[in-house]
Amino acid sequence: MHAFANPARFLGIARPATGWLLVLGLALAVVGVVGGLTLTPPDYLQGETVRIMYVHVPAAWLGMAGWAGIAAAAISQLVWRHPLAAVAGRAIAPCGATFTAICLVSGSIWGRPTWGTWWEWDGRLTSMLILFFLYLGYIALAAAEADRGGSAEGRITAIFGLVGAINLPIIHYSVLWWRTLHQGQSISLSGSTIAPSILWPLGFTFFGFTFLFAAAVLMRMRAGLARARVEARLRRASAQ
Amino acid sequence: MNPWPFVIAAYAASLVGTAALLIASFASMRRAEAEAGKLRRDDR
Repeated sequence: MHAFANPARFLGIARPATGWLLVLGLALAVVGVVGGLTLTPPDYLQGETVRIMYVHVPAAWLGMAGWAGIAAAAISQLVWRHPLAAVAGRAIAPCGATFTAICLVSGSIWGRPTWGTWWEWDGRLTSMLILFFLYLGYIALAAAEADRGGSAEGRITAIFGLVGAINLPIIHYSVLWWRTLHQGQSISLSGSTIAPSILWPLGFTFFGFTFLFAAAVLMRMRAGLARARVEARLRRASAQ
Repeated sequence: MNPWPFVIAAYAASLVGTAALLIASFASMRRAEAEAGKLRRDDR
C-alpha cells in the first residue's frame, strides 16, 4: 500500500484504471441485470420478486464494504500517516452512502410484496439505516473539518470512521441475534442455499456494481487530489 | 398482488442511484482536474 503513497504514482495507475473499471463494470452489470430480469426462473416461494435480489444484495455488500474501506483508510491515516488515506476515506463516503440508500430503498420495495410492509424495525433493517446515518455524519464531519482548518486530513473524521466500524459486525450478525423479519444468510464463503439457475446473475451484478463503485471512488480521489493541488498553488501564490 | 411494479421500481431506484453517483463523480473529477490544469498552464 505504501507503494501508492506518492500521489503522482497513484494517479499514473488510477487514470487508466478508471476507464477500465467503468467499461468492465457496465458490461457485467448489464449482463447481470438483463439476465436477472429475463433469463432466470421465478422462485418457488417468492415468485418474481426474487429478482430484486440482483440489485439489493450488491448494494448491501457495497454499503458495508464502503465503511470497511473507510475504517482501513482511517487506520492507514492514524497509524502510518499515509498521504492518500484521508482522500480515500472522503472519496468512499458518498459512494457507500449511495449504495446503502439503494439497499434500503430496494429492500423496502422488496418487503412490501414479501412481508406485507414497507418497513419494520428489524435488526438488519435498523442497523443498515444506522450505517446510512453514519455515512451522513462522516460526510458532514469531513466537510466541517475541511471548512474549519482547510485541512483534508482531519483526525476526528478518521476516528469517527474507525468507531463506526463497530456497526459492521452488528449488521452481519443481526439476522442471527434478532430473528425477526429479514431472512438469514443465504450465501457464505462455504456455499449457497440458492439454486444455481437463480443465483448466476448475482455474480455479474456483484462484480459489475463493485467495479462501478471502485470507478466512482477513483474519480472522487482524482478530484480530491486535483483540488488539493489547486489549494496548494493558491496558498503559495498568496504567500509570495 | 402483481410483483412486476415492485421489481421495476427496485431496479429503477438502483440504476438511477448508480448512474447519478457515476455522473456526479465524473463531473466533479473533470471540473477539479480542469481547474488544476488551468492553474498549471497559467503558472508557465
